[in-house]
Amino acid sequence: MSAIEIIGLEKTYSVGFWRKRPKCALKPLHLTVEEGEIFGFLGPNGAGKTTTLKMLMGLVFPTGGSARILGLDINDPQVKAQIGFLPEQPYFYDYLTAHELLDYYGRLSGVPGKDLLPRIEKVLDRVGLRDVRGVQLRKFSKGMLQRAGIAQAILHEPKIVFFDEPMSGLDPMGRREVRDLMEQLKQEGKTVFFSTHILSDAEALCDRVAVIHLGELRAVGAVAELTSSVQGQIEIVWQGTAVPASIKALGAECHVTGDTVRAVLSEERQDLAVDVLRRERLHMISLVPVRTTLEQYFVEKLKRSEQTAGSLA
Amino acid sequence: MNGSRRVTITAAVLLIVCLAGSIVFLRRIDQLRTSATLEDVLFITSPTAVKRLSLGYEGLLADIYWTRAVQYFGGRHVAGASHYRLLAPLLEITTTLDPHLVVAYQFGSNFLSPKPPNGAGMPERAIQLVNYGIQNNPNDWKLYYELGFIYYMDVKDYAKAANAFARGSRIPDAHPFLKVMAAQMAQHAGDAQMARALWTTTYQSTQDKQIRGNAIAHLRALQVADEVTALEALVGQYKQTTGRTPTSLDELVAAHYLKYVPLDPTGHPYRLVDGNNVEVEFPDEIPFIEKGAPVGYKPPRPKDLEKLGSRYSTCARDLPDCLIQ
Amino acid sequence: MNQRITCIASNTFREAVRDRVLYNLIAFALLLSGAAILVGQISIDIEKLVVINLGLTAVSLFGMIIAIFIGIGLVSKEIEKRTLYTVLSRPVRRWEFIIGKFFGLAGTLVVNAFFMAIGVFGALLYVAHKFQAPDAWVLVALYFIILQFLIICSLALLFSSFSSPLLSAVFAFSLVVIGTFSEDLRNFAAMANGPTKWLETAVAYIVPNFSALNIISSVAHAQPVPTQLIVYNTIYALFYASMALCGAVLIFQRRNLK
Repeated sequence: MSAIEIIGLEKTYSVGFWRKRPKCALKPLHLTVEEGEIFGFLGPNGAGKTTTLKMLMGLVFPTGGSARILGLDINDPQVKAQIGFLPEQPYFYDYLTAHELLDYYGRLSGVPGKDLLPRIEKVLDRVGLRDVRGVQLRKFSKGMLQRAGIAQAILHEPKIVFFDEPMSGLDPMGRREVRDLMEQLKQEGKTVFFSTHILSDAEALCDRVAVIHLGELRAVGAVAELTSSVQGQIEIVWQGTAVPASIKALGAECHVTGDTVRAVLSEERQDLAVDVLRRERLHMISLVPVRTTLEQYFVEKLKRSEQTAGSLA
Repeated sequence: MNGSRRVTITAAVLLIVCLAGSIVFLRRIDQLRTSATLEDVLFITSPTAVKRLSLGYEGLLADIYWTRAVQYFGGRHVAGASHYRLLAPLLEITTTLDPHLVVAYQFGSNFLSPKPPNGAGMPERAIQLVNYGIQNNPNDWKLYYELGFIYYMDVKDYAKAANAFARGSRIPDAHPFLKVMAAQMAQHAGDAQMARALWTTTYQSTQDKQIRGNAIAHLRALQVADEVTALEALVGQYKQTTGRTPTSLDELVAAHYLKYVPLDPTGHPYRLVDGNNVEVEFPDEIPFIEKGAPVGYKPPRPKDLEKLGSRYSTCARDLPDCLIQ
Repeated sequence: MNQRITCIASNTFREAVRDRVLYNLIAFALLLSGAAILVGQISIDIEKLVVINLGLTAVSLFGMIIAIFIGIGLVSKEIEKRTLYTVLSRPVRRWEFIIGKFFGLAGTLVVNAFFMAIGVFGALLYVAHKFQAPDAWVLVALYFIILQFLIICSLALLFSSFSSPLLSAVFAFSLVVIGTFSEDLRNFAAMANGPTKWLETAVAYIVPNFSALNIISSVAHAQPVPTQLIVYNTIYALFYASMALCGAVLIFQRRNLK
C-alpha cells in the first residue's frame, strides 16, 4: 500500500461573472508516494502545487479523479487522523499562546486527554518553543510561527506530514532547522510530502521529486535520475584573457577573471574545445565536469516545455 | 462522498422543516399580536419625540404609521367594532412625522369624526387634527373643506362649516362647490342637495379607496332616497287619479306613468310594498340606506369600503330615463 | 463529535473575550445604563421608564452590533488567516465547525447580555430602591433580546460562510432593520395586488420577526406578556436560527477554500 495515491486528480475553476470561462488549475495528475520517503513537489508559483495539496486535504473539491491516502479515500474522515498539514505562511490564532494552540489542535485531532499534556511538552521541546509556550502567538516572529506550525502538524503523531512551502520567508538558520526536522521525521518512519519552489532544498532533502508546471506534471523520479537526463557540461579554465571566436562558436559561456578564462560548454564539444585551445596555443589549467543542479534541470525542462506549449498554441 | 452527502441531505431537509416551522409559528404569533404593535402607540406620549428618534427618516416612518392607521381602521370597521381608540394617536403621529400627508387629515375627517361603527366618534380631535393640517398647509383647499365637512356632518355647526368653506373657496384652485356650499348654507343646511354636494366633493378630492368607497356609499343612499321619494309621489298620483291602490310598479308602467320599472343602484328593480312604500329588493347592499328600506330594518355590519368604491362603476341614473315627461 | 464542537465553541468564546473591542462596547453599554439614571432624574415619575427603555435598548443595540461584527468574521477571518486549513485538515467535519462557531458566538452574547443586564437592574434598583413584581417582565424582555441575538448570530454566520465581511455586515444589518418592521411588511404584502404580491409575501415571511421580540416599550409600562407569546417566540427563534444554520452548513459544505 502506498502512502499517497493520486489517480487523475484534476481541478478546473469557472471564472468570470457568469462562470463561463473555465480555468484549469490542475490537469489530471497521476502520482504515487511510497511510505517513509521524503517527496518533493516542485514547480514555480502558480503551477498547481497548492491546489493539489488543498485537494488532498479536502479544502478544495476536485472536478475529476480521486486520491487515496494510506489506502483510504481522501473523503473518508478517518484519513484526517493520520495526516498533519502545515499550510503556506500560516498565521494561527494570535490571541492564543503556543501551549493553548497545541491544546486546541490536540483536542480537535482526538488526542486522548491524558496523553495531551505530555505530548504538547514533547513537541514544543522538539521545535524549540518550550521557553515561549506561555507567550501569545501575536508576539511570535516568522520563524517561531513556522515552528509552531510544524508543532501542530506533528502533534498527533500522524503517519504522513504535508508541508506547503515550509521554508518560505525563513532565514538560513530557520531553513536549516526545518530541514533537520524533516530528516528526523523520515528517521521516525514518517512520510513527508512537501511543496516548494526552492530547488536547493529539494535537492538536499528529497528521495524523489515531481515537477509540475502550468498545472501539468512534467517529470517524476529521484533527483539523480532527473539531473542525469539533462546533458552534462564541462568547465575548462585556461591562462590568459584571450577568448577565441571558435570557442564561442561551440556555444561556450566564457568568463574572464583576472588572468584566467573560464568556459562552460556541453560535454559533447569537449574534444573540439581542447583542439581549439591547442591550436591557439592557450595553456589549459583545468578541465572538470560540471554537475547539473536541479535548478539547471528545471530551467531547461521548463524552457523546453514552454517552447512546445508555444508551438502548440 | 457518503458522509458528506448524508450531511448535505440532512441539512437540506432540516432547512425546509425549520422554514415551514418558523412560518407556522410566525402566523400564530401574528394572530396573538394583532393589535399589540399598535398598542405601543398609546405609550407614545409625545409624537415629536418619535420625530426626533426617527433620525431624519420621518417620511418613511410616517408612511408606516399611515399604513397601520389604514389597516387598523379597515380591519375593525369590517368587524363592526364599537371603538377605535388607536385611530387618533395613529393619525396624530402620522401627521406629526409628515405634516404634508393630506390624505391623513382627510381620513381623520371621514373616519375619526363620525360615530361608531362608521368612525371613532371623536369630532373634536378630528377638528384639532385638521386645524394642524391647515396650519402646515395653508394653501391647500382640501383641508378647509374637511374642516367644514366635520362641522357640518358631525358637529352640525352650520355657521362654522360655512366659514370654513368660505375660507377654502378663496384658494385659487379650490373645488367650485365650496363657494356654492358656503353661500347656500343658510337656506339649505341639512338637506339632501347639500349632502350630495358634499359627498361628491369628498369623492373628487381624494384618491384614497376607503374614503371614496364611503362617499359613494353615501351618494347611493341619497340617490335611493331621491328615487324612492319620486316613485312614492308617482304612486300617490296614481292612487289619486285612478282611485285604485296599485299592487306593483308594473301597473304604473301599464298606465303609462312609467316607461319601465326603474332599477336601483344595485341593478334590481324597485318594488312596491303594501301599495304605499317603494322599497329596494336588497337593502343590505346599500349601506347608509334611509328611505327605501323595509320598516324595522336593521343594517348589517359595515361592508369593506374599498370594495364598495369599485363594485359599482358609476351612479347609474336610471330613474330620469324611465320617467315619462 | 461533541468534543470537537465544544472545543471550537470555547475557542470562539475565548477569542471574543480576548478581543478588546468587546470590552469597550460593554463599558459603553454600562455607561448608558448610568446615563439613564441621570436622564430619568429630570422627571421623577418617569425615572423607571427611562431606565428600562434606555437600558434595554442599550443591551439590544450593543448586543446586535457585537453579534454582527464578530459574526461576520467568524468564517471569513479564519479563511483569510488560513487558520481554517489547519482545522479542517483534522478529523473535524465542516458542519461541526459551523455549529461550534455558532455556540461560541451565542455563548459570548449571552454572557455579554448577562453583564449588561446586571447594569440595567442595578440602575433600576437605584432609582426605584426596591424591585417590584412587574420588574419580572424586564427579564422576559431580556430573554426576547437573547432570542434576537440567536437569530442574528445564525444569520451573520450564514452570510460569513460565503460572503466577504463587508457584504455580510451590510446584509445582516439590513435584515435587522427590516426585521424590526416585519409586521408592517406583512401588512403591506397583504394589501398588495398583482404579481409582486407573492414576492412581497415571501419576503415578509422570510425576514426575521423582530417586531414580536421587541417588547421593550410595553415592558417599560409594566404591561404583562402572554405566556403563549413567550412559548411561540421561543419556538420560532429556534426554528429560524436552525434554518439559517442549515443554510450555512449547506453552503460551507461545498465551498472551495481557495
